Amino acid sequence: MLEDADPPLKILIADDSNSDRLLLRRIVQTQGHVPLQAADGVEAIEVFEAEQPDIILLDALMPRLDGFETARYIKSRSGEHFIPIIFLTSLNEADSLAHCLEAGGDDFLTKPYNNIILHAKINAFKRMLKMHMTLQQQRDQIAANNQRLIQEQEIAKRTFDKVAHEGSLNAPNIRYTLSPMAIFNGDVLLASIRPNGNLCVLLGDFTGHGLSAAIGAMPLSQTFYSMVNKGFAIKDIVTELNRKLKELLPVGVFCCAVAMDMDFRNKLVEVWAGGMPDSYLYRQHDGSIVNIPSTHLALGILDPQQFRANTYVYAMDNGDRLFLWSDGIIEAADSEGELFGEQRLQAIFAENSDPGHLFDEINQTVNRFIAETDRSDDLSVAEITMVDQSVFDSHGLLVPRAVEITPSDWSFAFEVHPLSLRTADPLPILQKILTDLPGLRPRSGELFTVLSELYSNALEHGLLGLDSAIKVSPQGFTRYYKERARRLHALAEGFIRFDIDYQTDGRNSRLALVVSDSGKGFDVSGMAEVVDSDAIDYSGRGLQLIYAICSSVEYLGNGSQVKVVFEW
Amino acid sequence: MSDAPVDNAALQELREIMGEEFDLLVEVFVTDSAKRLDAIEQAIEQNDAESLKTTAHGFKGSALNISAARLTALCRELEDMGRSHQLAGAADTLAAVRDEYQAVKDYLLAL
Repeated sequence: MLEDADPPLKILIADDSNSDRLLLRRIVQTQGHVPLQAADGVEAIEVFEAEQPDIILLDALMPRLDGFETARYIKSRSGEHFIPIIFLTSLNEADSLAHCLEAGGDDFLTKPYNNIILHAKINAFKRMLKMHMTLQQQRDQIAANNQRLIQEQEIAKRTFDKVAHEGSLNAPNIRYTLSPMAIFNGDVLLASIRPNGNLCVLLGDFTGHGLSAAIGAMPLSQTFYSMVNKGFAIKDIVTELNRKLKELLPVGVFCCAVAMDMDFRNKLVEVWAGGMPDSYLYRQHDGSIVNIPSTHLALGILDPQQFRANTYVYAMDNGDRLFLWSDGIIEAADSEGELFGEQRLQAIFAENSDPGHLFDEINQTVNRFIAETDRSDDLSVAEITMVDQSVFDSHGLLVPRAVEITPSDWSFAFEVHPLSLRTADPLPILQKILTDLPGLRPRSGELFTVLSELYSNALEHGLLGLDSAIKVSPQGFTRYYKERARRLHALAEGFIRFDIDYQTDGRNSRLALVVSDSGKGFDVSGMAEVVDSDAIDYSGRGLQLIYAICSSVEYLGNGSQVKVVFEW
Repeated sequence: MSDAPVDNAALQELREIMGEEFDLLVEVFVTDSAKRLDAIEQAIEQNDAESLKTTAHGFKGSALNISAARLTALCRELEDMGRSHQLAGAADTLAAVRDEYQAVKDYLLAL
């Protein structure tokens, strides 16, 4: 028999009858096990402590300490080890059998002792011991694995928190709900400010749960923060995020995401969304909602060549609110399994009387809905409100840093040609160089506003010949950008050139910036009036800003060249 | 059941189990039994019911393992007397136990 090949068991025989003990010893020996002997309960305990037997055969009535007490003591001392105790009894002792069980007995062997029955019992307990041991090992293994998993998740969370620090989520115009362990639900909320002062927010929802959901969050947030800080536009950021996630994540793991860029100066928001429910743009003046559709596939699915970064751009007034959420809110289920759904969400907006309470009302309503299901961990909601740039800046989000500045002077020229103009935004390259100018950081947002205004003027009006008057109406707005894209795509020749001259004496710094384009120029004589005018359209607003920020603005030649001086 | 004081078939089995140690088993049984008979007699003389119960119980178990049915039954009677604290007639039963034990012993030693 296979079991007989196993290592022998140590079997303690405790019986005060010498002949009975002899008989049992013989049986145990013949079966290949090691017999240990005790003539009473006290001896039995001594042998138990010294030898740790695997099975104990215990007579009930013994001098000094009877079998019941002995069994109780041994069971109490064996902890989680399973030591089977088989009571040795005569037949017709029903009441003492109950006594044996009560004391911790696992089985009985009745006299006259039978070789085959004892053999069967020992084998049964041997199997039970093995199972018990396997069970304990597996239980310990599971407990250890679970412990390690928790530790690893904690490490992952700490690491992640460093990478995906709060960013600018503490900005005064952002409110959000995100579970502290959201990372393991696959939800990520990131916010950061571009050098030009625009606020970028990304809400991501990775497929899956646990570590596999968290894995993608690291490269996602690192790339996001790094690119936003360098001034890349939302289109470039989502394109890069898609490329990176596609490369890193296994098939079937991807990231539904909505990313937005809020421009406080021009009162615009640009949104890219893939795989998410519609985001809402809430208009304060009439309480209406604009559904911002999620028209793309989630990040990390498409090859870079197939990925589309088309965005929607909306004008926003101060007080207008953008609501981003993952499908957790729409798919929140109550105890009957009914989904929260978009209708309930819309009803909150319809019934709202104070837009300042919208965010709280959404959270309260959803939480009430799912009250008994305890699934509130999956709800991620963010509200971003359009405010004045000043509100935003004064919050100290762009922290000035004190540096010692050594006097220096240098200049460089940077010329961009059609191929680059068509396919890439050259501003981040310039921004990357200029961001590190000593002492500039507190005002870098202003400088980059100037840069991007001058660049888009040179590109849109100078090179592409677009008329900003089209932009006055909302329909014209869309037409303008469609036309811009069309002409840009067709652009075959021309250039935009930046001549940058920098001087500092260690206290005062001065950046002279000449932007030239190869366009046909325009009549510059009316410029001063535009700037003084109260009627500010979108194009006028940009120009006004430039005048406000720069210490001098000068149109040169036929208007295809503008020189501004920025001092700090 | 035959008239033999020990069941033959059971005894045969016991011989198989014990092998060369069978004689030792008989020897130990005989030595133990002598001590037990003395202890039982003492318990009855001292009217010690508890002691009678325990010693008779032990003797009963050993008799059972030797498959000595009548001896087992007589020991049980003594044990029950001890348990119920009714020692009247215990001396007579002990005499019967002695007789039966002698028969068992003779039978075993004659093997």
